[in-house]
Amino acid sequence: MTTGDGATGASPTTPVLDVRDVHRTHGTGAAAVHALRGVSLAVRAGELVAVMGPSGSGKSTLLALAGGLDGPTAGEVYVEGEPLGALDRRRLAQVRRRRIGYVFQDLNLLGSLSAVENVALPLELDGTGVRRARRLALDALAEVGLPELGDRFPDQLSGGQQQRVAIARALVGERRLVLADEPTGALDSQTGEAVLHLLRRRVDAGAAAVLVTHEARHAAWADRVVFLRDGVLVDTTAPLGSVEQLLSGSGR
Amino acid sequence: MSIRHGLLALLERGQMYGYQLRAAFEESTGSTWPLNIGQVYTTLSRLERDGLVRSLPESEAGQRPYEITDTGRADLALWFATPISRTDRPRDELAIKLALALTTPGVDVRTVVQTQRSATMRALQELTRLKYASDRPEDLPWRLVLDAMVFQAEAEVRWLDHCEASLVRFRPARPGRVPTTPAEAVDRTDEEARR
Repeated sequence: MTTGDGATGASPTTPVLDVRDVHRTHGTGAAAVHALRGVSLAVRAGELVAVMGPSGSGKSTLLALAGGLDGPTAGEVYVEGEPLGALDRRRLAQVRRRRIGYVFQDLNLLGSLSAVENVALPLELDGTGVRRARRLALDALAEVGLPELGDRFPDQLSGGQQQRVAIARALVGERRLVLADEPTGALDSQTGEAVLHLLRRRVDAGAAAVLVTHEARHAAWADRVVFLRDGVLVDTTAPLGSVEQLLSGSGR
Repeated sequence: MSIRHGLLALLERGQMYGYQLRAAFEESTGSTWPLNIGQVYTTLSRLERDGLVRSLPESEAGQRPYEITDTGRADLALWFATPISRTDRPRDELAIKLALALTTPGVDVRTVVQTQRSATMRALQELTRLKYASDRPEDLPWRLVLDAMVFQAEAEVRWLDHCEASLVRFRPARPGRVPTTPAEAVDRTDEEARR
């Protein structure tokens, strides 16, 4: 499955994320747990895919594999045509920093860094100069509606503001793939909706995104919703019509 | 809700004729409840018969405006003040369908649940897309109507999730394997003991 150098495989029609027949097994023998059993999922630029399913269905495992945070037992994950399994650790880390943005339920903001420093950190780790990283970080904070709060520390921000900072960190720079695991966590419904609005806007601007959620209302922001059960994709919602079709009543 | 109270609420804004009422009704429900003009006129004549509205002389263009009466205002105020009873709503066909699926031989309930969830989820996606497309301040009434439908669809998906989780633990008695006589039950126990 892992043939070709992949790096030249990216074209406008190549999915940004292409998960092909992945399996993930934890443990061996009688104690083996099959978290994923042959899952394939392609996500193109401009597409937001939501993954739903009960606890233990493999949602978070799928997201970890998609982001190169974990490796499949079998199968392959391609990001912009590049097979993650064929990359050495240094190159994989680079792909993760440059092309993939992560938003997790646990915000993982560093308390000793200001909001703008938190957002700039992945860029600086990747070798971007401090000034340029700060400028890009301020742009990202403006995009999430926090242009004024860059110098505050996480404990000086509300839960919703902290989550926006985490999203700015996921979106900063040129990330083409955004992976979100229950990004609305404990936020109230208005703030949660604002977070999804941001994700949707980024996707409409050309990113690809995968959203893992157990909330139907949040999954509904996606272009496609896939359902996982016991490590297998069991269903996908039919594609949507245009807003005009929906308003004319043919959609319902 | 009745179309009656919808029309009364609109007439409380000022006098209107049939086509204006239909347009205003559809605007305030975001076209989710289309009315035909016949329904509007039928409802207006009943409201007039009951003394809740009064028809005014036709305009030169041949349009007959209506206005709300004091009795109509009182009725409208009562409607706003009274909560809607859950028993006024139609029975939930889906709940009944699933209950029957569970007890009808040969029906794969999990598939019924999954098919419904996929369809409801898609409806939820459509509603969300409409919401996303209507974010002007003047869209608020329509957005709230959409929100109501979003919450209902969401509740249905949650309930379907709950059904699915309950099904995991549900093991229906399979007719062929249930011992029907004590002797048979003993045989079976012996057989199992030998394995």
